[in-house]
Amino acid sequence: MVDIRDAVIIGANRIPFARAHGAYAEASNQDMLTSALNGLVARFGLQGQQLGAVAGGAVLKHSKNFNLVRESLLGTPLDPKTPAYDVQMACATGMEAIGSLANKIKLGQIDSAIGGGVDSISDAPIVVTDELRGVLMEANRAKTLGQRMKALAKIRPGHLAPQAPGTNEPRTGLSMGEHMAVTAHQWGITRQEQDELAAASHQNLAKAYDDGFFDDLVTPFKGVNRDNNMRADSTVEKLAKLSPVFGRNLGDEATMTAANSTALTDGAATVLLGSEEWADAQDLPKLANFVDYEEAAVDFVDGAEGLLMAPAYAAARMLKRNNLRFEDFEYFEIHEAFASTVLAQMRAWESEEFCREKLGLDQPLGSIDRSRLNVTGSSLAAGHPFAATGGRIVGTLAKLLHGKPGKLGFISVCAAGGQGITAIIEGR
Amino acid sequence: MAQDTYTEFANTGLGRRVTKALGLPQPAKLRRYRPNAPLVEGPVVVVGDGEASDTLAAQLVSWGLDVRRHVGPKEKLAAVVAVFDTISTPADLSDTVLALGGLLKQLLPSARVITVFRDPTGTEDPAIRAARKGVEGLTRSTAHEMRAGGTANGLVLSEDLDVAAPSVAGGLRFLLSGRSAFVSGQFLTVSSVNGALPEDWSAPLQNQVAVVTGAARGIGAAIAKVLHRDGARVILVDVPAAGEQLAAVANQVGGTALQLDITAEDAGERILEHAQQHYGRLDIVVHNAGITRDKLLANMDASRWDSVIAVNIESQLRMNRAFLSSELFNRTEDSVGPRIVSLASTSGIAGNRGQTNYAASKAGVIGMVSAASAQLEARHGTINAVAPGFIETEMTAKMPMATREVARRLNSLNQGGRPEDVAETVAYLTSPAAAGTSGLTLRVCGQNLIGA
Repeated sequence: MVDIRDAVIIGANRIPFARAHGAYAEASNQDMLTSALNGLVARFGLQGQQLGAVAGGAVLKHSKNFNLVRESLLGTPLDPKTPAYDVQMACATGMEAIGSLANKIKLGQIDSAIGGGVDSISDAPIVVTDELRGVLMEANRAKTLGQRMKALAKIRPGHLAPQAPGTNEPRTGLSMGEHMAVTAHQWGITRQEQDELAAASHQNLAKAYDDGFFDDLVTPFKGVNRDNNMRADSTVEKLAKLSPVFGRNLGDEATMTAANSTALTDGAATVLLGSEEWADAQDLPKLANFVDYEEAAVDFVDGAEGLLMAPAYAAARMLKRNNLRFEDFEYFEIHEAFASTVLAQMRAWESEEFCREKLGLDQPLGSIDRSRLNVTGSSLAAGHPFAATGGRIVGTLAKLLHGKPGKLGFISVCAAGGQGITAIIEGR
Repeated sequence: MAQDTYTEFANTGLGRRVTKALGLPQPAKLRRYRPNAPLVEGPVVVVGDGEASDTLAAQLVSWGLDVRRHVGPKEKLAAVVAVFDTISTPADLSDTVLALGGLLKQLLPSARVITVFRDPTGTEDPAIRAARKGVEGLTRSTAHEMRAGGTANGLVLSEDLDVAAPSVAGGLRFLLSGRSAFVSGQFLTVSSVNGALPEDWSAPLQNQVAVVTGAARGIGAAIAKVLHRDGARVILVDVPAAGEQLAAVANQVGGTALQLDITAEDAGERILEHAQQHYGRLDIVVHNAGITRDKLLANMDASRWDSVIAVNIESQLRMNRAFLSSELFNRTEDSVGPRIVSLASTSGIAGNRGQTNYAASKAGVIGMVSAASAQLEARHGTINAVAPGFIETEMTAKMPMATREVARRLNSLNQGGRPEDVAETVAYLTSPAAAGTSGLTLRVCGQNLIGA
């Protein structure tokens, strides 16, 4: 193995996440990412600094934003000589950006980096239909006026309807929620446990805010001070009153409601990484090390595996490589795409059959202590601006582990396309 | 910031004619500090006798100024320094006062009159104290008589203080400069030989690390910018809800933003921790954060009263205890230790209708700095307060128009001050050159009639 050094998580900054078409309706991805970067620069005094790299991305973005991260960087006080690039791995975009930057730091290719992501449902790119695009391209290629008129004459009223980007899986036509409903049903995840997880997420997030936990993780944006999807007074009883929105074909066995599924949200998150030497030279704190991460993908198209179950596989490989077990971890951050996503992954890790058949393990990975899970809230309460979630989780977990040298944190983030990432963070 | 349209109008050709014809106030455009601009633009006359006047004249000469003892009747003057160091009875004032008076008509716009005398409380002799108090009275009255943006202030020396003490020079330079543009009718006391003059007067806070609370906007943001301009590295503190503006100011001044509610029990410790982590030192604390919750006392409720007291004074007392028990805030260099400047208010001096809570908190600040100077002295440090009068801020922009217009004109300069005016005085008091001044509350109010 090559001689590698620690990749240190120095700190993080995000803007509060806001429900779609609300407080940030007028803000673009670039506005939000720039603001999150500005807050990070201000928190750590990085004005004028040339960093090794800035990487991140957005799941939904305009084609004009081909250089989203670089353009955002140019709107900050960072040295414009800092390279930046876009990354895209659906909801795991932020994790992939941060993980790959950490690897570059470990290898000594760069000394410092910012990773993160941003997403806006409110500023989603609206495009024309494929039919209209075809006609317009044909007209564009035309050499004579006659050819152009002939091409344009093919336009039909039905071509003119604008197309918003869908979150449906392109290969199955099913929404993520419908996919998850199938998986949840297969694993027998109950409505009650989903609602409990959702209520706990809101209560934990609200308490963390009240305790000032986010004072050095979040910088307000456009008058929003806290994630505005959060409902501090959320209870299982209140959530029990909602009707299911996904898997309604399951009839009475439908369990997934608007409250135990993540709301569409806008937001941006960033994480500052560096080598130990760089952090020391800049007088910056060292919260935790980014130890390792693992990607996985599953065959969900023909139903062999649930769409959001890839982290179950990534976890097994990552733990084996690091010779670790769940008992070795202090905190778990499992992204709450849906409450049932978290529960299904945990159910799978507890299942002897799944662990043997699918993961090739002699015994189950085991259960996760709920009191160590998403202790300061997760996506059900905070919201989930797709690419921003990785940055939110890494920043939160690094802070939780700061001052606990050697204690480990586990991250799981599922993603569209049947993909997922897990990661290990170590406190210092 | 509120727009003072009247002052802008009065400084146009037409405006000057109209305001003069109607006998209206004629607010001048004040000469404000710019780095590397000349200290004053014109001759400085030193009147009065004794060794002190020679020492001060020599100091002025060392700054490259055109210093005179006598001037022709037509010459325009930038400043007059009137030294009353040898007076032993009020009758002794006459010569120097009349010499000063003879020069007032020759003053340029934004001129300075600076009286220099010994602290009246330093003597038990009735005649001597009467004479010294006399200088106070004539200085204040001269300030009222100054025109075209000119100011008159006193530089007060404690009984046995060597006139060559660094802070005497520092105070003299502050009062001459555009930094004191909105300070008039005030007395700057120098009570110790502590202090050091900077090698570079344009960067008096070089290498210093300062924390400013309430730095997201208004006067706090101006203080952060001026401290940065003067060479300091700045930690900017404000409540998490003001984080977006705080980050913007921090990025402007190349500082670090610390989102923190200063009423938190551990606010002082968290500031120290941040300073230790990012800078390894802390030299200057500026307690600027403050709130108003105005209500007539008859209608006052507990939440309005308690929140103002908690934010404006209790938090400062608590943070100061943390700072003064830490080793980080205990660094002495060239006889200059840590420095604290706290924002008071003219409301704390004169009181203000509807502001019993605010006035109590701000008078409390004045009491705190006078008492805490002994604690700071033990670390060669200083603690002072700055009491702004009417300043053009977002807060005063919300006052009713008529009230605002009256409040603006109720001072000798006929205009409101700017946040930078307060910031310049704060910056001076945090500078090593001011280390001989402690326990003082200095007003930046244009000689406001309220509480004069």
